[in-house]
Amino acid sequence: MSAHNCDTCAVHAELERMGVSTDRFDRVVALAGNPNTGKSTIFNALTGLKQHTGNWPGKTVSRAEGGFEFNKVRYKLVDLPGTYSLLSASHDEQVARDFLLFGRPDVTIVVTDATALERNLNLVLQVLEITDRVVVAVNLMDEARRKGIDVDLRSLARDLGVPAVGIVARTGDGIHALLGQVDAVASGVVTTSPLRVTGTGEFQRAVAELLPMIEAAAPGVPNARWIAIRLLDGDAEVEAALTSGRLAQLAVEQQQAAPAFSRKIALDGAQ
Amino acid sequence: MMTPDTAAPDDVIRRAARLRETLSTGFRDEAVRSLYSEASRIANRATVRDGARPDFDQRIDRLVTSPIFGLPIMALVLALIFWLTVAGANVPSAMLADALFWVEGHGVRLFETLGVPWWITGFLWNGVYRGLAWVLSVMLPPMAIFFPMFTILEDLGYLPRVAFNLDFLFRSAGAHGKQALSMAMGFGCNAAGIIATRVIDSPRERLVAILTNNFVPCNGRFPTLIMLATIFVGAAFPPAFASIAAAGAVMGVVVIGVGVTLAVSWALSRTILKGEASAFTLELPPYRRPGILRIIYTSLIDRTLFVLWRAMLTAAPAGAVIWILANIQAGDASLAQHTSDFLGPLGRAVGLDGAVLLAYIIAIPANEIVVPTLMMIYMRTGMMTDVTSFDDLRRVLVEENGWTMLTAVNLMLFSLLHNPCATTILTIYRETLSARWAAVGALMPLGLAFLVTFLVATIWRLIA
Repeated sequence: MSAHNCDTCAVHAELERMGVSTDRFDRVVALAGNPNTGKSTIFNALTGLKQHTGNWPGKTVSRAEGGFEFNKVRYKLVDLPGTYSLLSASHDEQVARDFLLFGRPDVTIVVTDATALERNLNLVLQVLEITDRVVVAVNLMDEARRKGIDVDLRSLARDLGVPAVGIVARTGDGIHALLGQVDAVASGVVTTSPLRVTGTGEFQRAVAELLPMIEAAAPGVPNARWIAIRLLDGDAEVEAALTSGRLAQLAVEQQQAAPAFSRKIALDGAQ
Repeated sequence: MMTPDTAAPDDVIRRAARLRETLSTGFRDEAVRSLYSEASRIANRATVRDGARPDFDQRIDRLVTSPIFGLPIMALVLALIFWLTVAGANVPSAMLADALFWVEGHGVRLFETLGVPWWITGFLWNGVYRGLAWVLSVMLPPMAIFFPMFTILEDLGYLPRVAFNLDFLFRSAGAHGKQALSMAMGFGCNAAGIIATRVIDSPRERLVAILTNNFVPCNGRFPTLIMLATIFVGAAFPPAFASIAAAGAVMGVVVIGVGVTLAVSWALSRTILKGEASAFTLELPPYRRPGILRIIYTSLIDRTLFVLWRAMLTAAPAGAVIWILANIQAGDASLAQHTSDFLGPLGRAVGLDGAVLLAYIIAIPANEIVVPTLMMIYMRTGMMTDVTSFDDLRRVLVEENGWTMLTAVNLMLFSLLHNPCATTILTIYRETLSARWAAVGALMPLGLAFLVTFLVATIWRLIA
């Protein structure tokens, strides 16, 4: 799909939408965030696909994949279901969590709602526990302004230790800047130092003790730290995944694209 | 101490358990608490609010989710949409039918002049083409009006309010409150509604939601309901009230559908899927001005054309099947006549007739084409060959095929309750990964449809 039918938009200068063609890509970007914050709108804006969007939470229940090119780099974009946390066992949260843990996205964009930043940050902090290559997109800046809320993005970025970009997904405002930050984080031009809510000292020591064991028991598993935390927490599901060797298998599964399935979801919307 | 390179998964888990004991109790709660307070601290530092602006959303919500006005407002909105659809679709439907059948007439004549064998002409024009023409004229106008309005409601943010209003009903039925959301999606497409049940955490409540999703009429079935309501219920009233009465009838069917959803959820929660309703939080998103372009796109491309295309894909072969059944003679009558005679007693017992049941069987792949299929069967088996307007249609049904108000009402009920389409059954299988639940999802509604229509027919005949 050509993007040059709208030359007035700045976004299109370096952005090429590639629809569902994700077979060749250089980087993987995940879209995470609370429900109904505009992830699918961003997904559509970037890929040119028409993933069904609607103003209600819980609309995206599986991951959808699409492609775009920015600054001559090809990206695969994965739209994850909206979640409030990454700790519960519901299907949609699991889809999101599994991909962040094992899909090894090069960058994760956490989309937040500027009008409800506090609740959204809970998820941001949880994502930061899993991966440090994060860009926070503060969406709905226009709605926030109308409600008399002003978001200080520099303060936010400083506190979180990752870039924060204000956007209005529905009009495409700020998308260009967002992609610039994604590019910078992915290429290492910007190094992040994510805030980790670390807990007590004894907790830290326990995590440190488990780390090497996990790495030995499940070689190649990313995010051993997160798994250590879940094990200390007594998460039965993570325990089972470790015993059955599913952790390793998950890592392989999440790397594979699911083109037929995501194409269907992405194009039909209503399936 | 064990060396890391020999660690087996079980050792890791045991070690974790031992370490957990050394930690002070509630260490994780502490961690979660600190996560929340950190989020709050960062958010407060990064956001500046200029004074307390009156929140418009909250004031609207107080009205549309109020315990007193919430449900009536919802019913009113729905009734208004149905009324606009019924009133608006009538004329374009008739015009479209006129135009398409005019083309059929000329096509047939053209083929005859060219000396094409009668059976090719019949198969293509009176079979395949007529199937498509009926689907287009019966389904396109209502969809082109109904879907944009439905999409506006969705974009506006009204659906979660619907879920909020219905929550207490679902909870008292032992189901999950979010089932109201998947049910609302079901109005669009039952297969999509069933996929939407993934937002429900508990497997039990999710199954309840999956098995009952079929009881709200989907996009495909709305045109059937709207058409029946228009030509039967509406026509029984003076013209001034016709469309209001028709909209009321569609509304009634929807209310019955929601009622059946709740009743079946209740029954399932007390029998094969025993359990209590679990609590959840539902976020009411802010109202947003719907994006006009996106609404046009979603409603016309994603919904209207998607449904229409699917209907046409199934209608063309269905038209062909009917033509073949109607033109192969066995003894003194056609195969279609024989089958419909055979199904007759069962059909009449539930207030319908054999042709309706035959139409349902042929239309199993996509039950939205039931009415067009039915028309074709009537026209093939009866003497009538050409129906070119909705008035003709009504006349054919009433005079030639003995339809009564009972037939129309029961066909609406049957259409509401019967088994889901093939795509939906397949989706149930894919979501539950169980042939057993897919079978339950298909047969339970079918049984219920026969039961309800049988009861209605019996009571109706006793009273009348």
